[in-house]
Amino acid sequence: MSPTILLFLAQDGVMNGAVYALLGVTLVLLFTVTRVIFVAQGAFVAWGALTMAALENGAVPGTALLLVGFGLAAAVVDLLRARGRLSGRRLGLIAGRDIVLPLALLALDTALAPLKPGMAVDVLLTLALIIPMGPLVYRLAFQPLADASVLILFIAAIGVHLAMTGLGLAVFGAEGSRIDPMVAGVVPVGPIVVKLQSFAVLGVTAAVMAGLFVFFERTLLGKALRATAVNRLGARLVGVRVDGAARTAFALAAGIGAVSGVLIGPLTTVAYDTGFLIGLKGFVAAIIAGLASYPLTALAAVAIGLLESYSAFFASAFKEVIVFSIIIPFLLWRSFAHGAPADEEEE
Amino acid sequence: MSSKRASSKVLAPMLGAALMALAPAAARAQIHIGIVVSETGPAAALGVPQKNTVAQLPKEIAGQTVEYTVLDDATDPTKAVADARKLVAEDDVDILIGSSATPATLAMVDVAAETKTPYCAMVPTKSTVAPLDDKRRWVFKAPQDDAIMAAAVFDHMKANGVKTVAFLGYTDGYGEGWLTAAKAAAKERGIDVAGVERFQRTDTSVNAQALKIVSANPDAVLIAASGTVAVMPQKALKELGYAKPIYQTHGVSTMEFVRVGGKDVDGTIFPAGPVVVASLLPDSHPSKAVGLAYIKAYEANNKTPFAAFGAHLADCASIMLNGVKAALEKGKPGTPEFRAALRDAVETTRELPANHGVYTYSPADHSGLDKRSRVLIEIVGGKWTLLPDPK
Repeated sequence: MSPTILLFLAQDGVMNGAVYALLGVTLVLLFTVTRVIFVAQGAFVAWGALTMAALENGAVPGTALLLVGFGLAAAVVDLLRARGRLSGRRLGLIAGRDIVLPLALLALDTALAPLKPGMAVDVLLTLALIIPMGPLVYRLAFQPLADASVLILFIAAIGVHLAMTGLGLAVFGAEGSRIDPMVAGVVPVGPIVVKLQSFAVLGVTAAVMAGLFVFFERTLLGKALRATAVNRLGARLVGVRVDGAARTAFALAAGIGAVSGVLIGPLTTVAYDTGFLIGLKGFVAAIIAGLASYPLTALAAVAIGLLESYSAFFASAFKEVIVFSIIIPFLLWRSFAHGAPADEEEE
Repeated sequence: MSSKRASSKVLAPMLGAALMALAPAAARAQIHIGIVVSETGPAAALGVPQKNTVAQLPKEIAGQTVEYTVLDDATDPTKAVADARKLVAEDDVDILIGSSATPATLAMVDVAAETKTPYCAMVPTKSTVAPLDDKRRWVFKAPQDDAIMAAAVFDHMKANGVKTVAFLGYTDGYGEGWLTAAKAAAKERGIDVAGVERFQRTDTSVNAQALKIVSANPDAVLIAASGTVAVMPQKALKELGYAKPIYQTHGVSTMEFVRVGGKDVDGTIFPAGPVVVASLLPDSHPSKAVGLAYIKAYEANNKTPFAAFGAHLADCASIMLNGVKAALEKGKPGTPEFRAALRDAVETTRELPANHGVYTYSPADHSGLDKRSRVLIEIVGGKWTLLPDPK
C-alpha cells in the first residue's frame, strides 16, 4: 500500500465524514432540543438533492407540491385544535404561513424552473422549499406528543421516516439523479488529485458548523434553544417558548439536510431512499458522542468516514459491518463508564 | 299461514338448488389470474411497470374470458404470501404470477406448490425453479438466468482478448447472483477474475473500491449494479483514469442510466432482453414483432416509456395462457383438474416467441430460454446500438 493510496483514501474518507458530520450534528441538535431521535433526517438530504436535480432539469420539483400538502394538513390540524378560540390574527397567521406561503413557493417554482435560472437560484429555491418542511413535520408528527417519552417520540420518528420515504418515492419516482458539481475540475494535492467539489463540501461543512457556533453563542434565539436543551421546564419558566424552539430546531435540521443533499448530489447518485443510510452513519457518530456534544460528533463523523474509506479498500464486502459494529464498543464503554443511563422521564 | 308453509316448502329446495349452483360455481367459463407485484417499497421500480402492463394483457383465450386481479406486496415477502393465499382462497385463481423481487417470489413458491396452482415467477433467480423438485414443478420462470446474461458478456470479452477482469458489484442478492455467474463464465473461458469488490446501493462513494481495481489494472471491469446507481462506480473508475472496457449488467437497461451517466457511460457494453432494443432487432428475430407490439401498447396506455421488467409480466401471461387450450379438455377453469392440466400443458410449451426470448419448457427445465433471450448493447454517443453476437 503506497502513500498515494493512503492519501487518496484519506481525502475520500474526510469528505464523506464531513457530510456525516452535518447529519450527526443535526441529530444532536434535534435530540437535545426536542428529545426526538430523528431517523428521518436522511429524507431531507435526499429531498434536497432531488429537488435541486429537478430544478436543474427545468422541472417543477415534487417537493413544491408536498409543501403545499404539508401546509394544508398543518392548517387543518391547527384549526381543529384551536376550535372556538380563534382570533382573526391567528387565522391570518395560519392562512399566511401554511397556505399562502407554500402556494407562493409553488408558483415561484413553476415560473422559474423552466427558465433554468442557474445554480445559485436553484440552491436558494431548494432551501426555500425544504426549510419550511422541518417545522411542518414537527407540527404534524411531534408537537402533539411533545411531552411523551423518548421512546414514543422515537417510534413516531420511525413512522415519519417511513412516510417521508414513501412520499419521496411518490413524487420523485424510483430512479435516482445526479446534480452538477458546484465547482468542476480537480487540483493536485501532493501526489494525488482532489476534486474541487470535495473542497466545496469541506468548506460548506465548516461554514455551517461555524454558523451554528455563532448562532448558539451569540444570538438570543440560539441561547433559547440551548436553554431548552438543558432544561425544558426551566426554559419555559424563564419565558422560552418550547414549541417555538423545537420548530426552529427542525427548520435548522431541514436546512442543513438540504445543504447536505446539494453537497452530495454531484458525488453520488441520489434516489428517494439514499438518505437513510447516510443519516444512520451520522447517527453512529452522534451516539459515539453521547448524543450531546457537537464537536465530538463532528470528530466521530470524520473518523467514521475514514474507517469506511479504508474498510471499503481492504474488505469492501464487510464495509457496512465494520462501520456499524464500532457502535458496540462505544455503547459498552459508555454504559460502564457512566453507569446505568439516568431515567430521562424524570427530567 | 298455509301460504307461508307453502312458500317455505318451495323455498327450501330452491335454496338447496342455489347452494348446489354455488358449490361448483368455482367452475366457470372464465380464467382468473392472480398477480402480485411490488407497486411500492424498494422494488417499486420493477413493480410499477409490471402493474402498468396488466391493462394490455389478453382479455380472451380459447373462448374463455380472462380476468386479472392485481395485489401490491410493498416488497414485503410476508405480504406477498398473504396476497397469494388471498388470491387462491378467496378469488379462486387458476394461475399465480409474481412478484417483483426475489425474496417475495421465493416465498410465493410455497403457496403455489401447497395449493397446486401453476405459478410464473418474474425474477431471474435460478433457485425459483432449481432443483426441480415436487414443490418447484408448479413454478415456471420467465426472466433470463444470470448465467445466460453472463455468458453473453464473457463471450464478448473473450472475443476481444480480455484476459483479466475485475468484478465490482452490489453486496445484495443481485451482486451475489452475478458474481456466481461471472466466476463460472470466466472459468469456462479461461479468463482470470483479478479482483472482487462490493458496494451498497446507497453508498455515497465507491472511490476506494475503484482505486483498488485501478491499481490491479485488469483488462476489463464488470459492474453488477442497477439503474442510475450503476453510474457511480463507472464514474469513479473513469475519474481515476481507467480507460479499458467497462461492462455492465442488464440492470442498466434503462435510458435513465444514460441520462444520469452522460459521457462517462459512453462505450459501456451490457446484455439485455431483446425487447429492450426491439426496434433495432433484425426482422428475423422471433422477439421483434412481439416486442414492438408490447412497447406500442404500453406506451399508448401509460404515456411513459416502457421498462424491460413490465415485459416479464406480459411473457408470464402468454406462457401460462398458451397452455389453456389443452387444459380446457381436461377440466373447467376454477377446478383442481384444470390447474393440474394447465401445469402439464405449460410444461410442453415449444418455441413460444415472447418479449424476452423464445420459451421451450420440459419436465427437466422450467427456465425455458436459450441464447435468443439476450442481446448485447453498446452505448455509443448516448444511444443504444446492437452488437452482433460474438462467435
